Order: sequence, then structure tokens, then C-alpha cells
Amino acid sequence: MTVTETIRFALRGVAANKLRSALTMLGILIGVAAVILLVAVGNGSAQAITSRIEALGTNTLTVTSTNRSSGTGGLTVEVADALADPVLAPGVRSVSPLASTSTTVTYEGADHEVSQFVGTRPSWFTAANSPVADGAAFTADDEAQAHRVVVIGQTVADELFTGVDPIGRQVTVGGALFTVVGVLAAKSSTGFQDANDTAVAPLSAVREVLTGYGPISSILVEAADPGEVDAVQDQISAVLAQRLPTTTGSSSAPYRIQNAAQLLQTQTETADTFTTLLGAVAAISLLVGGIGITNIMLVTVTERTREIGIRKALGARRRTVLTQFLIEATLLSLLGGALGVAAALLGSRFTIVGVRPVIVPSSVALALGVSIAIGLFFGGLPAARAARLRPIDALRYE
Amino acid sequence: MQPRTSPRRPVLDVRALTKVYGEGPAAVHALGGVSLTVDAGDYVAIMGSSGSGKSTLMNIIGCLDVPSGGSYLLDGVDVGRLADRQLALVRNRLIGFVFQAFNLIPRTSAVANVELPLAYAGVRAAQRRRRALAALDAVGLADRAGHFPNQLSGGQQQRVAVARALVTEPALVLADEPTGNLDSRSTEDILAVFDQLNAAGRTIVLITHEPEVGDRARRLIRLLDGRVRSDERQDLTGRHAAGAAR
Repeated sequence: MTVTETIRFALRGVAANKLRSALTMLGILIGVAAVILLVAVGNGSAQAITSRIEALGTNTLTVTSTNRSSGTGGLTVEVADALADPVLAPGVRSVSPLASTSTTVTYEGADHEVSQFVGTRPSWFTAANSPVADGAAFTADDEAQAHRVVVIGQTVADELFTGVDPIGRQVTVGGALFTVVGVLAAKSSTGFQDANDTAVAPLSAVREVLTGYGPISSILVEAADPGEVDAVQDQISAVLAQRLPTTTGSSSAPYRIQNAAQLLQTQTETADTFTTLLGAVAAISLLVGGIGITNIMLVTVTERTREIGIRKALGARRRTVLTQFLIEATLLSLLGGALGVAAALLGSRFTIVGVRPVIVPSSVALALGVSIAIGLFFGGLPAARAARLRPIDALRYE
Repeated sequence: MQPRTSPRRPVLDVRALTKVYGEGPAAVHALGGVSLTVDAGDYVAIMGSSGSGKSTLMNIIGCLDVPSGGSYLLDGVDVGRLADRQLALVRNRLIGFVFQAFNLIPRTSAVANVELPLAYAGVRAAQRRRRALAALDAVGLADRAGHFPNQLSGGQQQRVAVARALVTEPALVLADEPTGNLDSRSTEDILAVFDQLNAAGRTIVLITHEPEVGDRARRLIRLLDGRVRSDERQDLTGRHAAGAAR
């Protein structure tokens, strides 16, 4: 009895009951496809989050004021300038004070409420990882002279200038005219806020026209090297502690330092949890598929115990019978698994609930391996029991 | 007409065979010490009422079941000492078994069913097909080779089963009530096949409860309550007469 012979017998066995074989394979197919696809969705969303946060710049720190009631010091341009201290904070590459507000921008009757109208310095463009796509950024000279120029985000450009090149146009902001000098490159959005609904102008001009000369909203600090972010955080917190001492009656400092790397880590952990959860749900469906195979193999072998008896009476060895049923079970789970992988690969080409799935190769191997193992184990168990029977007991089996 | 093997060595040598089902007070003694020998080329019918132990004896002779006591030599080999592997070999090479319920593999063509023992014997595909077709031809079913069991009548199914039993050219053809599920016409077909096989030198042991089937054999053994009650040789004229009377 050769191996090819046994395989031919097994194929005949699978083909003998086509509907049942197809349904068994469907169970495995769904299980395998679900595992691969759901893990891919989790992985895809994790990667999306990572890329968004990386877009913010991983070597930056944001200092924000915690007490809303201004007047009691808070962040000022002077504090920001103090952070650019090569002695006390050598790891700082640039410091960009930010004065941001929301305001209405008008162009020839069209108006748009910009949620983030930011006044800052030219260093912001590199620190915030927001390059200018069209036109140019404003210069240090513009900032020093308080020139009324503005760089607008993609959303603002789309809202105000349909079919018109925005560069060189004048828009009205808070009763003053600003000249559009550039358009920011589009950014992917994090959360609910549209990152492209923004406009950036020189700090001096924004303070003059919109926010006044009070405390500023935040300070964006760029570290010279991504690996130095933690050191820079210590340096600037030392400077800030000196400049902005904790007021009596308040236990916490009046400012908060946020680190993009920390944010990234938290978000990645959240995404990993999400992936694990999805994977667990999918694993359950694979298990259900496996139970399906087990059930079918049990029924098949029980139903065919008589056939096993006949085969043994004709001189089939125990091993030959066992091999035939094992191959049948493996064929079912392998075919089902392969089709499941194909279905998952096909499904991953589409966007699922706003996430572009990214296949994790190990999940493919795992799902396929588990499905085959299930087939071998649960198909083999009843077959081994039947093959051990004396021919007469197998023949009498009802 | 003469048997292939030496008449000195019996094909079948059963010595004080016992079989007990169950244990303790509920134990049933299906066989209470059966001894018999069958020479090569013989045609033996074993008769007995239901519960006489004839089926149990047949299953043990066919190596489908194991005895509780006694020994059993098949073609000189003590079957009781064989391991599972060797038993499979014995079933495959030495015995051709015909069941009352035909026991063809469903959804498998007649010729594939006949090929099955050859496949387990490791015969190559081409030779297997040739021998299976020859065996089907011997039982007069060459034109039904491609049919599935459910497309054949009971008599035809049983003839396929007979072809399957003799395709390996076994030393012994065993038939367990081969005509029990058949009408008289199919019974005659099967018995004619057995007559032919015996005439060609095959050793046949069959069990039956139909006297007209038993009459066709050269030797008739009657079992009662797990023991041999009578063992007599029948003359050939009687056998032919029984055949002609039908």
C-alpha cells in the first residue's frame, strides 16, 4: 500500500460526501480568515496611530499652561526665550512659542472659521513637522517686523479658495488684512480635530491683531536628537521651575510638559491591546471551526466504522486505515485553511471600518498551523479508535 | 479437480475452539470446544439453527474475531500467535470472506471494490485492474465493472463480493450466509459460482440455514449449542440432484 494509493483513497473519501466536506472546509475557512483579517485590522490601526503621532514629530516637547486664569504669570514669550539657553538647556534645538486662537478668516465674501489660528516663529515649521507644500513659509524677518502674512492649512485653502491659487491673495482676519504666502502640506488627522484646519502667521502679527500681549498658549520645544528628548525634558523643566515657581496654595506646577514619544508609547499600547482583543475574538471563531472539523470527523468515522471493518477484513493494516482518515482530515483542514488565507488576503485589500488592514505574517502561519493541528488531532482521535477495533466489532458497529 | 496444495496438510485445522461472551454468571458459551479439519479443495457447509455458534465459528476462522480458548491453524500457521500486522496479512492473502450483507464499500465502483484487497496487498495499479476485471468476469459481471453498489441488484452485489473474495486467490473462501439476503434466483447464481470455484480447486467453507444450499456442498457439518453434532460427507449425485431439482 503506497502513500499515493492512500492519498487517492483519502481523496475519494473527501469527494464521497461533497456537501459535508464543503461545509467543514467553510467552518475552517471562516475561522482562519477571521483570525488573519482581524489581526490585520488591529495591526493596521496600530500602524495608522503610530504614523500619525510620528507625523507630529517624535523629538518635540509641548509645554502648556495648566491654570486657565491668566495674569498670574503663566507662559510668556520671555519664558519661551529663556528655554533657548545653550548653557542650561543644551539639548534644545529650537523653541517656538505659540499663541493660538480660533477666528474667522474671510476672502471675498467667503468666510471660514479656523479652529487653530496660530502665531509662532519660523522654527515651528520644522519642529512641528509641518512643511509648506505651496509657496513659502514666513521668515524671521516677517516675525520681527510683524508682517501680516499667513500660511494656511489644506482645509482652509479648500474652503476659501475654490479653483483659485491662494498664494498672494489677501484675507481678512480679525479686521486686518493678511497676505497668504503658503499652503501647508496635508496632514493625517489624529482624533476628532482636523489637523488641516489651521493657519500659521508670525507671532508678533497674531499678538498685535488677535490675541494681545498676554500669556501665550504653549511652547513647542524641539530637541536636537530624538534620543535626547528625555534629557531635554529634564533641562527645560529645571528652567521652568526657576522661572515659574509653584505658587503657594497650589501643589502642582502651573505648566505641563508633554512628550510626543510618551504619547506614542501610550497610543501603541492601546493599539496593541486592541489587536490582542480582536485576535482573541478571531481565535474563538477558529476554535469553533476546529470543533466543526472534530464533529464532522467524529460523525464520519462513526458512520464509516463499518467501512473500516470491511477494509480490515479485506486485509487493511491498522496504520493504513489510520493514515487514510488522517489524510482526509488534514486535506479538509488544509484546503479550508488555504482558502481562508486566500479570503483574508483578498479582504485585506479593502478598507475595513476606516482602517487599512496590514497582514501580520505570523498570524497567517499560526492560523494555518492551528487549523491543520486541529484537523490532525481531532480527525486522528476517532480514526485511531476505529482502527484499533477488531474487524468483527467494527463490522457490527451501528 | 484436484486441490492445489498437498492433501496431507489441511487448509483448516481447528482444535477445541471455545468462545465465551461476557463474564461470570451472565457468560454465554457460544462455542464449547469445536474441532474440525478441512482439506484443500473441499466444499464444506456448516449448518445450524440460530444461536448454534456457526457465525461465531466463521468469524474466528476468518480472523475477524479471536477465540477464548483452543487453537486454530490456517494453512499450517497458528493464527492465535499472530500480531495485528500479520493478521492483516493473513486476512488479505489466505482468506476471502463473503458476508451475508455483501459489505461493499459504498460510493465506490464494483471494480474498485474488487481491487481493494489487491491494493492492500501492494499490487500495482495496472495489474490490479486486470485481475479485478478477470475476477468480475469469472462471476459474470464484466459489464457492470463501473457500476456503484447502489446501482446493482442484491445478487449482483453479492457476486461482486465473491469476486472481491477470490481476486487474491486465497487458500480459503469463507461465506457467512452468502444467500441469506437473496431471492431464489440470485441464490442459484451465487451457488453456481461457488460450484465453479470448487470445481476449479478452491476450498470453500460456507454457513447457511437453508437445506438446499447445504445440499450443494460435499460435506455437511451441523452445529448445535456450540458443538459439532454431525459431520457427514455427501455424495456428488445427491448434490447434482439437489441442483437439478430447483
